[in-house]
Amino acid sequence: MISVGLYAQDADLLQGLSDSVRSRQYVTGAYKSTRVIMSQSLEMLKPGVLDFRILHRFGNVNQGISEFFGLDEATIRLGFDYGLTKNLTVGIGRGSFNKEVDGFLKLRALQQSTGTAPAPVSLLFVGGITMIGQSWKDIAPKREFQHRFGYYLQTIIGRKFTEAFTLQVNPIFLHRNLVATTADNNNTFAAGVGGRLKLSKRISLNVDYYYVFDKRSGSPFHNPLSVGFDIETGGHVFQLHFTNAVGMNEKVFLTETFNDWFNGDIQFGFNISRSFQLRRKK
Amino acid sequence: MKRKFIFLLLITGVAAVHADAQDRYFTKTGTIRFFSKTDLENIEANNNIVTAAIDIKSGALQFSVPMKAFEFKKALMQEHFNENYVESDKYPNGTFKGRITNNKDINYKTPGTYNANVEGDLTIHGVTNKISSKGQITVTAQLLEANTSFNIAPADYKISIPALVADKISKTVQVTVNTKLEPFTR
Repeated sequence: MISVGLYAQDADLLQGLSDSVRSRQYVTGAYKSTRVIMSQSLEMLKPGVLDFRILHRFGNVNQGISEFFGLDEATIRLGFDYGLTKNLTVGIGRGSFNKEVDGFLKLRALQQSTGTAPAPVSLLFVGGITMIGQSWKDIAPKREFQHRFGYYLQTIIGRKFTEAFTLQVNPIFLHRNLVATTADNNNTFAAGVGGRLKLSKRISLNVDYYYVFDKRSGSPFHNPLSVGFDIETGGHVFQLHFTNAVGMNEKVFLTETFNDWFNGDIQFGFNISRSFQLRRKK
Repeated sequence: MKRKFIFLLLITGVAAVHADAQDRYFTKTGTIRFFSKTDLENIEANNNIVTAAIDIKSGALQFSVPMKAFEFKKALMQEHFNENYVESDKYPNGTFKGRITNNKDINYKTPGTYNANVEGDLTIHGVTNKISSKGQITVTAQLLEANTSFNIAPADYKISIPALVADKISKTVQVTVNTKLEPFTR
């Protein structure tokens, strides 16, 4: 009887002992994955983690049953990302579209935090190179090796507003050494916006969109938009989505998205992310 | 006021009152380790910033455990622990509030190791359960060492483990507590 009462009376036993929680707390888990869908997200890989990413985009859904709603054809990108440090990730991948190889460096300059000197947002920078790998032997006029390359620089600013809601803006500058016509600009700016809404502990709804500036008039290309779900199962994150972008690196989805959502030219796609801890904490 | 009084007594060398001020022992660097063992995978996590306090007069005992400070060997485990299992944004601290039921058997003035039976309320993931555990208290000249180990079931704390990974996480998790408490003087 007395003992039960005692707990209550001793409620102040920890009083005067300030919490030993570090005074600055980083906000974690803004996304389930390092990509929103197409774009780099606010998330970094943890140090020593290798992320094997398998990306698939099927054919257009509106081709009907004869093409099994696009599932008969597929474009893929296989990639490896690696967390060098808490704030630095490198990645490399190869996509079947144009047989392109791409690599990137992702740096987190600021991580959202609470407590002393809190940071309201996270700030990240991504730099990448893309290289067209397909054979140009039979193409005239002859193209130079440097024509295969494209470069991009991206800034990501975002905030995990609540446990469920994260929003980011990710403007990007892209330079292509080779463009299709003289009317096309070698430099492209695009304003990206992305976010997620957590529907349950393991499932979120994600949206990823770019408005591409300076498209030449009559350009057959559209702004890329992807909408889908992240499903996290433990070791894997599945990103199932619909998109109009076939390409899976920044250069191709910004400048070579020929499908139009309004025509129903959308594809089903998925990203599978499988993480391996290569280097363990001591 | 009281502090000044004690200070006054101390500098005048009256040690008797000093003991009163030392009823409370504390630490901010206690360690808690938990361990889950299955055939597929062993999961271990360590927390080194546990706050604990003990009132040797009444035997009352209290712990506060910042859940985000559990360090795992695999980064993904740590992420899942915080995001999916204990939901540490929503429930940042685990707490224990209880007492040593055989406090009178422990002679805090005589160095040695004593068995201590502890019972109280453990709160994790917003769920409170009564637990009891056997531990040891070691009295040294300057410190109290309080150590214990007990098992808890995640299910008791409404921590649901999906079928897909259920084989990798043990139904009961072993919790080991090691603390070195020093007299609270202010």
